[in-house]
Parts: sequence; structure tokens; C-alpha cells
Amino acid sequence: MGRTGQVIPGGHLTMGIVFFYLSLLVLLPLSAFVLYASDMSGQDFIRQVTDYRMVHGYLLSFGCALAAAIINAVFGLLLAWVLVRYDFPGKRLMDGLIDLPFALPTAVAGIALTTLYVETGWLGRFFYQLGIPTAFSAVGITIALVFVGIPFVARSVQPVLKDLDGSLEEAAALLGAGKFLTFRKVILPELITPLVSGFALAFSRGIGEYGSVVFIAGNVPFETEIAPLLIMTKLEQFDYQAAAAVAIVMLAMSLLVLLVLNGYQRYRLQRQGA
Amino acid sequence: MEAVTKLAKPVAGSQSRFLKTETIVKWSLILTGAAFLVVMMILPLILIGVEALGKGWNAYLAALNEPFARKALWLTAEATVLSVVSNTIFGLAAAWLLTKFDFRGKTLLGSIIDLPFAVSPVVAGLFFIMLFGRLSPFYDTLQAYHIAVVFAVPGIVLATIFVTLPFIARSIIPVMEGQGRDEEEAAALMGASGWRIFWQITLPNIKWGLMYGIILCTARAMGEFGAVSVVSGHIRGKTNTLPLHIEILYNEYNFTAAFAVSSILVGLAVLVLILRNFVEWRMERKDDHEV
Amino acid sequence: MMKKWWKAASLALGLVAAAGLFAGCGDESAAGGEDGKAASEFLNVSYDPTRELYAEFNQVFTGEWKKASGQDIEFRQSNGGSGKQARSVIEGLEADVVTLALAYDVDEIAQAGLIEKDWLKKFPDNSAPYTSTIVFLVRKGNPKNIHDWDDLARDDVKIVTPNPKTSGGARWNYLAAWEYAREKFNGDEGQVKAFVKKLFQNVVALDSGARGATTSFVQRGQGDVLIAWENEALITLKDSPDYEIVAPSISILAEPSVAIVDKVVDKKGTRKVAEAYINYLYSPEGQEIAAKNFYRPRNKAVFEKYKQQFPELKLFTIDDKFGGWTKAQKEHFADGGTFDQIYKK
Repeated sequence: MGRTGQVIPGGHLTMGIVFFYLSLLVLLPLSAFVLYASDMSGQDFIRQVTDYRMVHGYLLSFGCALAAAIINAVFGLLLAWVLVRYDFPGKRLMDGLIDLPFALPTAVAGIALTTLYVETGWLGRFFYQLGIPTAFSAVGITIALVFVGIPFVARSVQPVLKDLDGSLEEAAALLGAGKFLTFRKVILPELITPLVSGFALAFSRGIGEYGSVVFIAGNVPFETEIAPLLIMTKLEQFDYQAAAAVAIVMLAMSLLVLLVLNGYQRYRLQRQGA
Repeated sequence: MEAVTKLAKPVAGSQSRFLKTETIVKWSLILTGAAFLVVMMILPLILIGVEALGKGWNAYLAALNEPFARKALWLTAEATVLSVVSNTIFGLAAAWLLTKFDFRGKTLLGSIIDLPFAVSPVVAGLFFIMLFGRLSPFYDTLQAYHIAVVFAVPGIVLATIFVTLPFIARSIIPVMEGQGRDEEEAAALMGASGWRIFWQITLPNIKWGLMYGIILCTARAMGEFGAVSVVSGHIRGKTNTLPLHIEILYNEYNFTAAFAVSSILVGLAVLVLILRNFVEWRMERKDDHEV
Repeated sequence: MMKKWWKAASLALGLVAAAGLFAGCGDESAAGGEDGKAASEFLNVSYDPTRELYAEFNQVFTGEWKKASGQDIEFRQSNGGSGKQARSVIEGLEADVVTLALAYDVDEIAQAGLIEKDWLKKFPDNSAPYTSTIVFLVRKGNPKNIHDWDDLARDDVKIVTPNPKTSGGARWNYLAAWEYAREKFNGDEGQVKAFVKKLFQNVVALDSGARGATTSFVQRGQGDVLIAWENEALITLKDSPDYEIVAPSISILAEPSVAIVDKVVDKKGTRKVAEAYINYLYSPEGQEIAAKNFYRPRNKAVFEKYKQQFPELKLFTIDDKFGGWTKAQKEHFADGGTFDQIYKK
């Protein structure tokens, strides 16, 4: 590491820790899994993963995860902003609530949300009257994914917003820039990196989420059958290889999302540095 | 928290003609955020509370005092502490590596750190089953040394570490990135050791991010269900964590107890949050003294 | 000032880490030790609806075994979806006995080499000490006037049933409906399929497990009728008077299987306990416990005693009508089977 002209020490040590840890906990189990799936022939693999039912499952999972991530990006940014910039009664409570989706077991969240959003539930009653079937539909799946994803964006943006230097804004304000302009031109660019990273996390979490979704999804083939459920049905037939094949495809797709978004961040940083 | 609002205030005060619209904007933003939280989070919590106390306090306390529930609580605590500690060490190392150095494959490494988020928890559990279970090539070796990984406590800990792995690293990286390298580089040129740079320059700068990461990791580790469910084997009183115990109670149609135990998890989360607020408050006071 | 604070924090963190590592090692050696001590622990891996049955049975049998052998053994149970439980055993969960919903699941464990292939003949009555069947649970007063499988295919009826792909119990439901249609249409495959398709179009939600489906129907008020295990329906009735059971004209005899996991008991040295455990299930005392938990006992005398709790209906077995589980699984529930076909657009 020293040869690149770095003056900061610790490169070798941290590199060692990071590689050891990731190999042991991520790469080794992952390769054991991939190895298991690789026993099947390429043809079988393709046939398994391109089945119409599977494709429907991926599309549903991706669509709902995307919708949920967008909703979370908007509300996450809003929540982070409100919590960092304003003072109001109940602020601490609000701050604390944001992390709860992590602490609540996904199954409990799923059960509670389903109870709320079915036709007779506290909230479902209202939505069903408007003609929106909130349970056992794509809407329900999205609701569950919004719930599990809330903390990602808010918590990515919050620390950066908190550490943002106030002087730039002050300068902009003194120069006569309106509030909104200041936000768009001065603050938002700084927040893009954490926003994108939070969005990516919420999105990829949503694709794989099972525990909270399975209760509210309805699980009807070709309608509300999410991709992780398809993995479960494969396993239920003791077909490990098919399950692994589907899992690998989903994994590859989420990884791609993460790679693209991480690459984008790096590109932005480099541009900023230049 | 106060330090931050102090930063924001001059901006607000310097433009008094915007004050009125600003107040409107402020409160409409706050109310939108609050409404979102009420619908998505407070109502589910109220529901849990209502169900938990549905049969009165005695039923509630009885559910919490049951030996299986207590055993499950301990197992959850153990898995949580172990994964938070190991992921903190990893997260610091990873953030340091990714923000202070340039090397090829950096983007890939960043994505590998995020990978556990991209893996469906159920599949994450399967990873460890494939690696340590009976179908694994290492199974006979493990058996020979009487090491049980899956369907035992170590498997539960490993699965918990896996699903919470990115949290701390991900919370620190944006902050460290925002901070840049100038201070550390200057210190290094002046001859400060790596540890000293870390303790005296980097750590104080990233304390917020680190704190958030630890909170998130703790909360997620306590609540993890999918991956642990696959590797646990569901042996009552032995390999059941709190979330799994809740599932069992629910499947016994014992809804009151299920929601009562869920409310412990909510309570623990609240406890962690209070702790965080306390630490924040302490640190701000110290910062003010030093200034 | 700052520095001291962080030093203290890091020291604390380090200590916790060290403690954690020790705890981690401790676990592993403890797990090994338990293996070494052989017969102090006994694990019955079962499926969801038997929780209450085995909680009671284990308690009684602990005393019985202590009397018979003087050994103190802790009898533990693990419950979950039948298929998932079978998989856990295949993947290394050390079960002494399995008591699962379907013979098919036990066959899979036998395929993996953990159970001898002829397990079905090792105990009486196809290694199924108790049986159950599939009935309908409707809301009090039967407002939708549901009496037989026909009514489930009506346009105005909404059904709750678990997903046959993920729930063993749901497979019994599906096959019972299938056989009814086959008798009604004299085996005309096209009409049978159309009937089952119609029926499943009325399904509101396919929960992933039998207990989840019951919850959707009872707690959340979904649907007009729940297709359920008889024992599950009876448990619901016991807790709540707002429902009643409707027995269809014909249903399936569900035979939940029990088996000793040979590889595990030989390793742990628990074969004797395992045999005694299963034999006790067939004893009058064991049969009584099963009947009290709403399973139909095989023992005639015990069945007579509890007869009034079980509705009378015509029962067929899967061996007679579907040629056994392996065949039924392949035809109906494997990928591309009839269940997938009825959902194809």
C-alpha cells in the first residue's frame, strides 16, 4: 500500500482484518453455496431460473422493492432533515422510532402489519373503501417493504447532514439565495452520496425480504408470489439445487444494483475531488 | 443535538422576511414525517401493546416469566453482544481501508461488504447449513471434534453476525468520506503513529456515525428472524432466540404471550435508544467544555 | 479529556470482545460435551400442529421412562413446517425420532440415508399411531350454507387454505378436494382439474403454514370457510364458540408418520429410548393423550370413548386412491404438477 504514496498508516492491518473477516463470513459460505448449485448442468440452471413463474416472482419482488425504496428515499430524507434541522416536542421519540423496524423481528412486523391492513383492520378498513386492497396484494408487499426499509435512508443521511458545515448555507443565504435554491444547490449535492447508499441498501434488503412479507403477500402463484417464497417452495420439494439457482440469480441481481450504485458514488467523489 | 441546532439557527434568523413561510415549511415537514411514522410504525406498535395486554397484566407478566422465554432472552443477548463487538472491529477496519486508501477493486470490496444486505436472510441461513451442516464436505471433520455449528449456538451467532455485518461499516464510511484525509495525512507527516491518529483524530470525527451503526447493529441483531430460523433447529429451551420464541407462541395460538414477548424486544430497543441519547448528551457536554 | 473518554470506551469494548470470544469457545465445547454424555437429551422433531400433543406426551413419558429405567432424560421438542423440519434433520439436526405430517417427508430423510428404507413397516398401522382428517371450519350458523366440496367452488364463497407448495397439511386438503371431484365426474381429468381450479380461484390467501391459515380465518376474519386439519378445527372450537365444523361427504385419512432416526440413535446410543417412546404412543395411555389433543386414536377402545368429538364421514387413504405419497407428490405438487397447472394462465 505504501508504494502508492500513501502517508496514512494502517493499510496492511485493516486490509488483513477486512479480507480475513469477509472471507470467513461472506465469501466462504457463499462459495459453498455456489459450489452446491454448480453441480447442475448449465441447461438445467437456465431452465430453472427462466421459468415464467420465476420471472414473475423476480419482477414482483423488484417492482415492490423499488417502489418501497423510492418511498423510503423521500420520507427518509424528510425525516433526517426534520430531525437534524428542527426543534420540536417529541423529537427524541421520533428519532428513536426510526430504528424500530430493525429491532422488531420481521415475523412480528409482518403479523402486526397484516392485522392492520386486512379488510377489517384499523387501516385496511379505510383503504378498502377507497378501493385499494392493501392486504394480499402488491400494495401489501410494498407496505411491508417500506416498513423494513425505513431506517436505511434516514440513518444514512442523518449523520452527514449533521456534520454538514453550516457556513456554506449561511453564505448562500447571505448572497440572497432562497431557501429552496440553497437546499437544491448547496445541501442536496452533499446528501446524494448517503441518499444513494441508503436507497441501495433499502432496495436490496427489499428484494430478499421474506419474514415480514410472507404474511401480507397472499402467496398466490402468478399474482403475489415473491421470489424468496419461490426459493422456499423449491426447498420444500427438497430441491436444493433449484433453490440455490434461484437464490444465486437474485443475489447476482442485487449485487449488480449495489455495484452500480457504489460505482456511481465513487465516480461522484472523484469528480468532486477533481 | 444542541450544537446542531445552533448551526442551523443563524441561517434561519438572518432572513427574517422568510420567517413565516419557513415556519409553515418547518411544521408541514414535521407533520408529514410524523404522519408517516404514525401510519407505518406507531400503529403497529400500539397493536402489539393492545394485544400484549389483551388478557391483563397478570397474563402479560406470566408470559415474560416463563423459563423458555427467559432462556430465549439470554440466547438473543449473547448473539447480539458477540455480533456487535465483532462487527464494530470489522466496521472500523473496513471504513479506514476504504476511505483512507486508493486501490484497485475498491468498488468491488465495498459491494462485498454490502452483500449480506442483498442476501435474503433465509438464503443466508442456508449458506451456513451448506458450509457446516450434514451435506457439507467438512461435516465429518467437525463431527470428529464434536463441534456442532448449525442447529446449535455457534450457528445462531454466525448467522446473526452475517446479517448485521454491513451496518457499522456502512454507517461510518459516509462520515469518514465526508471528513476527507487531510487531517490524518498531516498528522502522519508529523510522525504520529497509526493508533494515535485513529484515536485522536478519526474516532472523534466519526463518533456519531459509529454510534448510529452500533445502535442499528444491536437492534437488527436482536430482531433477526429469517436466517436464525434456518440454522436454529427450533429446539425449545435450547436453540430458540426471542424472535423464534415469539413465532412458537404465535403458532400455539397464544397471541397474548407472543405479543407480550414482542413487547420485550420493543422495550429493549427503546432502552438502547435511551442509552444512545445519554451518551450523546455526555459527549456534547465534554465537547463544549473543550471548546 | 476527549482522549481519556475514548481510551476508557475502547478498553471496555476490548474486554467485552474478549469475553465474547471466550463465551463463543465455551459454547462449542459445551455442545461437544452434550454429545459425549449420550442419553441425557432426547429430541423429537415434529410439525406445527403437534406442539400441544407432544408437550403433554413428553411430560408423561419423562416420568414413565424414569420409572422403567431410572434414567433422567430431558425430552425436547422442535416444531415447524413438516417439510422444513425434515430438511433440518437431513441437514444435521440430531433428532432421535421424527413425527411428521407426511410419509413423504420421512421418505426424504430415508433417501438421505438417515432412516432405514423400510421404516413404514417398523411400527403398526403404517407407522402412524394416530390419524386425522380434513374438515371445513365455518362461521357460526354457517351463513354461506356450506356443506360439501361443491359449495367451495361456488362464486360467492371465499376460502382460506395454506399453500400446498409450502405446507404439508395443505397437500391433504388439495388431494381430498381432488378425490371428491374425481368421484363426482367419474374420473374425467379435464373436469376434475376445472373443478379444483374453480375452487382455488376462491382462495383469498395461501398462507405458508396451516397455523397461519387458521389465524387468517379466525383472528383476521378472512374468508367464509377454512379448509383445516380436524384437530386444528377442534382446537379452535374449544377456544371460541363463534365457529362450527362442517364435515364434507368424503375426506382423506391423514396418517402423520413417526419414525426412529436410525443414524442418530445409533450414534447417541438412544435406540432403546426411541423405541419405548414410539411404542408408548401406541399404548392406551399414549392413545388417550392423542385423543385428548383431538387426534383420532388407532386404539378401538380409546376411539369409542372419544367418539362423540369426531364428526362421522367417509374416509379414503392416499395409498388406495393416489398410489402413495411419492406418486401423489410428483403428479400434483412438484414443479409442473397439477397444482401449478391450475394456476397457469
